[in-house]
Amino acid sequence: MRRTVVTGVATVSLVVLLLGLKPHGSGGSGSQALISSDQGAAVPATAPSTPSGSATPSAPASSGQPATGTRTVTGNAVDTRFGPVQVRITVTGGKLTKVDVLQYPAESGRDREINAYALPQLNQEAIAAGSANIDAVSGATYTSDGYTRSLQSALDQAGQGGSG
Amino acid sequence: MLRHTEQAMGTVFSFAVRGGPAGALAPAVAELHRLDGLFSTYRPQSQLSRLGRGELTVDQCDPLVAEALAHCAAVRARSGGFFTERPGGRLDLSGWVKGWAVERASDLLTAAGCPDHTVTGGGDVQARGTGPDGQPWRVGVADPARPQALAAVLAGSGAFAVATSGTAERGAHIVDPVAGRPAGGALSVTVVGPRLALTDAYATAAFAMGPHRALDWVTALAGHEALVVLPDGRRLGTPGLARHLAQG
Repeated sequence: MRRTVVTGVATVSLVVLLLGLKPHGSGGSGSQALISSDQGAAVPATAPSTPSGSATPSAPASSGQPATGTRTVTGNAVDTRFGPVQVRITVTGGKLTKVDVLQYPAESGRDREINAYALPQLNQEAIAAGSANIDAVSGATYTSDGYTRSLQSALDQAGQGGSG
Repeated sequence: MLRHTEQAMGTVFSFAVRGGPAGALAPAVAELHRLDGLFSTYRPQSQLSRLGRGELTVDQCDPLVAEALAHCAAVRARSGGFFTERPGGRLDLSGWVKGWAVERASDLLTAAGCPDHTVTGGGDVQARGTGPDGQPWRVGVADPARPQALAAVLAGSGAFAVATSGTAERGAHIVDPVAGRPAGGALSVTVVGPRLALTDAYATAAFAMGPHRALDWVTALAGHEALVVLPDGRRLGTPGLARHLAQG
């Protein structure tokens, strides 16, 4: 049963690693690492599946012969403070080559979801109002006091002697 | 371009009118003050204040009061309670009335022979027809994190409304009526649609929902799109928003 413990530790380490990779405020592409990743980090590939996990060797892999062949191991669902995480790892030639996240916390799901709404047309730079040639401004509700500081106020003043 | 500003409802309304006869503004401006008089929560003798105190019934009020209440109830239902005519428990239709006033003023301008104009009230815009040189109107969305900068420029012609809800000017003034605490999660939510009253009410509800739910919700609303600005500067949009993004 000692091997079971080893696998459990490896799974938890992966979870921590993956949560560490979770992109915060860094645009969209990074989130792919949450779903699937290819990694060169070597982990012991001799550990069989945990009793409740399932191992699906794609090549006959006898215990103690990790050097060749590919196998996938599905880990237990692990409760984290963000919610349950479950990963499936693929080991090829004794190296961890792929991680698939089968379950991830709602927050990660939301990150993935929100990245689906990214606007590639807009980069992160501000648009200078003076060069945008705009006719009106929509902004968070302003009071009559706030109006005097608003872009709309500047537009209205610029238009006083304007053409048209 | 004829420009005019008018103070009403505790904020400032701006008009930009292309062409049109002199005097065309007067009915539109009068409508703003009429609605302010009926619906003000700051005037104890407004019909809405008296209705809230039980001194009037809806039937005793101007028919516009019943109409506004019906619109608010419809948006409340459609938004799952994220829009409410009783923020903080007190009858207050401002979430509907300001955008509605702008939309009605715009209708009156069109009726007065000015089909090409924008009317802006407190940061919410109703554009009609076309802008200078017959090009689409260009509406800047104020960047909630950077004064004097824009988060996006949207363009549209015909009936084109842009409303933004957020915390930039008034602080956390929008309360999530479902959770009962200040809404959070996005710096601002902008909604685009054909007419401002609904568009503005949708923006208020969407901001209260938080960005994830707001984007899903507005995506499912026919004829409306949303732009969300997150605290980290990311700008997100519903799938149809790209149509409204101006070039340059």
